[in-house]
Amino acid sequence: MPDGHKNWRAVAGQDILQQRAAMFAAIRYFFSGRGVMEVETPVLSHSGNPDTSIESLTSHCSVQGQVQQLYLQTSPEFAMKRLLASGSGPIYQICKAFREDPCTDLHNPEFTMLEWYRPGFDHFQLMDEITSLLRHLELLEENETVKSLSYQQLFEHYAGINPFQASVDDLFSLVSAKGIHVHIASENRHKPDKGFSLDELLDLILTHIIEPHLANEGFVFVHSYPASQASLARINDQNPQIAERFELFAKGVELANGFNELTDNTEQARRFQADSHFREQKKLMEIKHDQHLIDALAFGLEPCAGVALGLDRLLMLITGSRSIREVLAFPFERA
Amino acid sequence: MASYSTSEFRGGLKIMLDNDPYVIVENDIVKPGKGQAFNRIKVRNLKTGRTIDRTFKSGESVEAADVMDTGMEYLYNDGEFWHFMDPDTFEQIAASKDAVGETYKWLKEQDKCEVTLWNGVPLTVTPPNFVELKVVDTDPGLKGDTSGGGGKPATLETGAVVRVPLFIQIDEMIKVDTRSAEYVSRVKDA
Repeated sequence: MPDGHKNWRAVAGQDILQQRAAMFAAIRYFFSGRGVMEVETPVLSHSGNPDTSIESLTSHCSVQGQVQQLYLQTSPEFAMKRLLASGSGPIYQICKAFREDPCTDLHNPEFTMLEWYRPGFDHFQLMDEITSLLRHLELLEENETVKSLSYQQLFEHYAGINPFQASVDDLFSLVSAKGIHVHIASENRHKPDKGFSLDELLDLILTHIIEPHLANEGFVFVHSYPASQASLARINDQNPQIAERFELFAKGVELANGFNELTDNTEQARRFQADSHFREQKKLMEIKHDQHLIDALAFGLEPCAGVALGLDRLLMLITGSRSIREVLAFPFERA
Repeated sequence: MASYSTSEFRGGLKIMLDNDPYVIVENDIVKPGKGQAFNRIKVRNLKTGRTIDRTFKSGESVEAADVMDTGMEYLYNDGEFWHFMDPDTFEQIAASKDAVGETYKWLKEQDKCEVTLWNGVPLTVTPPNFVELKVVDTDPGLKGDTSGGGGKPATLETGAVVRVPLFIQIDEMIKVDTRSAEYVSRVKDA
């Protein structure tokens, strides 16, 4: 029988499907014991996420008489913050998120996300709660803690460079000293920065030099990112160079991204505008931003911390799978 | 000029880097959740065969290499060039020693080869996977020893030397796998 006729079958085996079901049950048990409420928000929305490193999938509908463009959520963040501002208290959600990502061992355009928000927590308290969840899922021993490094410590330790002081030249020297050959577009050959921003070079070093080291580690928290990579995190009151953002790596793979959440509506509107401006310059898709979120923040959102955690990647860890494609019933190719 | 965006990168794609034609062997994408994505590719230089790594910022473009694989018939060698003909158009081209390289050992007149052309000029020549060639020299060996255990070297009509079973004699036709340079079988009724 030609292979084409077998593609109706699930890719993930029965044991992996059972482990997925058990993971969902354990997560729900964990949050119900802590008084965090499970919620649902729309997957399809009239506005999207202008984040410049994320591309949205769109859909169209003519429910109200005229054809409208709709966005599939890239995460439930905006709607959940509107719930928080509406007075929901602590909430979590297990949902599908969509991004125009290539199919790789770590990416599928449709994936499952766990996102939760803790009013009154800062990001360090939320990192502690993630550690408790990992213990609950038996990915950590009862008294085991998770290594935690600041972004600066991470770069100093694994790449020998201070990311807050290094220049574009310093970073290029490091990259070539490590034997990494970067393609410079011909129109950028004569520019002093070769067409790279500082953050792009830091991302290059993170993915090419640091992550291979983290692959030999278990769980590692990285916190206190450069303010230029704040995304939706607050800027630190004492040090304006630092954003109160963190990531959790597991064996060198990004598992979660969290913030001490930005609650200032003016700053939020400014960041949306900066993203839209960048999109226009780079000829990326124009995204209608969420005015409801701005309005909710203007109404008032109490200080809170939130995190999004990739559940397919978590299941890879639980099952010891090498590729996300092995833990999905029907990865994109068979969807 | 044709170009490819990094989103089109895949194994087998032919691109220009530093004025040389390359073929992509592997394409690996690394993508931070909130940052710049990169395509890390392994590419082979089609002129030298050397493999190197390159990292591209995702979203960039690179010039396409005008490289084409064409099935052609080997005609003859004039001492300096190897001449091939396109069986459909009867167009003839001459390949230099650089393009033919070690492949000359397997080239027998009228065999179908794959000639890789870059801007119309032969870059490499790939022989058929299997060729049938005559043994022109080999140790006659001991009569009656047909065990074939160790084998012996045999020189073929094109100059190639392969190991053959002990029972193979001069003037016999044999079939050889050009990818491994190994003897496959005798050719009956040659």
